[in-house]
Amino acid sequence: MDADESDESLLVRLRSGDESAFLALVTRYHASMVRVARGFVPNEAVAEEVVQDTWVGVVRGVDRFEGRSSFKTWLFRILVNRARTAGVREHRHDTFDPTEPAVRPDRFDASGAWAEPIAPWESDADDRLVAATWGPSLRTALYGLPQRQRDVVVLRDVEGLSSEDVCAVLGISEGNQRVLLHRGRSRLRSVLESELATRGR
Amino acid sequence: MMPALRRRDELVCRQVVELVNDYLEDALSRRDRRRFERHLRGCPNCSAYLEQMRVTVAATGRLSPEDLTPDAEEEFTRLFRAWTVGDGGGGSGSTG
Repeated sequence: MDADESDESLLVRLRSGDESAFLALVTRYHASMVRVARGFVPNEAVAEEVVQDTWVGVVRGVDRFEGRSSFKTWLFRILVNRARTAGVREHRHDTFDPTEPAVRPDRFDASGAWAEPIAPWESDADDRLVAATWGPSLRTALYGLPQRQRDVVVLRDVEGLSSEDVCAVLGISEGNQRVLLHRGRSRLRSVLESELATRGR
Repeated sequence: MMPALRRRDELVCRQVVELVNDYLEDALSRRDRRRFERHLRGCPNCSAYLEQMRVTVAATGRLSPEDLTPDAEEEFTRLFRAWTVGDGGGGSGSTG
């Protein structure tokens, strides 16, 4: 029923204590938040706790939201701050090699050109069809990404935040964000590629 | 520069795949963008690769979070009531 109502309008109602507005926001963002939180904490249960704690923060702090960023960015920033506090993640470092190539070096010949032709994917395939076919492998691949890459890809490509908002939420530089996004997407592409090759046989 | 050295300006496929996302993000310098597009015009493989990356991004965007279960909805209604009734202020949200 509230599917089309804007976040801003729901916030106005939430400020006046409207329960249905709160539920509408929870319905809209809860699963996304759990997915994002999951990247920072050791397990699903802790992620759920962090998200619940974030909602408490939202209900109590809603009057302090000034609308300088979108609600979604504000929400995810609270979430990431709490998840970082709850997680052990800060002390762990991804092994992140900035020179790791997007495509395996043996796919190129000595001149740097493709050694074998690249088969075009059916680019006219309906997005929904693509998602239905590849969704499961893509989801697995996404969860298998190094965490910082996954954070960026999830916020950017799954949640649809702008690059500026991703930087604000994660507290990283624009350049860093781009490198992480590039690595993450490149890995996902190669997963889909091998998936296609397997199915084509 | 001597005209003979102009070839150095041309990108090879191995370099192009590293620029694909900056291209999609519109983050290439004008010069790099021109070199990138020049390469694509002559290279069906890299054009296919770029298209694959576009499809990858689109497919990732279609991953939908699971819907909230009725149980969870009930739980959140209960929590909301508890939070608003027992609210002594003092949460620790940030401003935005």
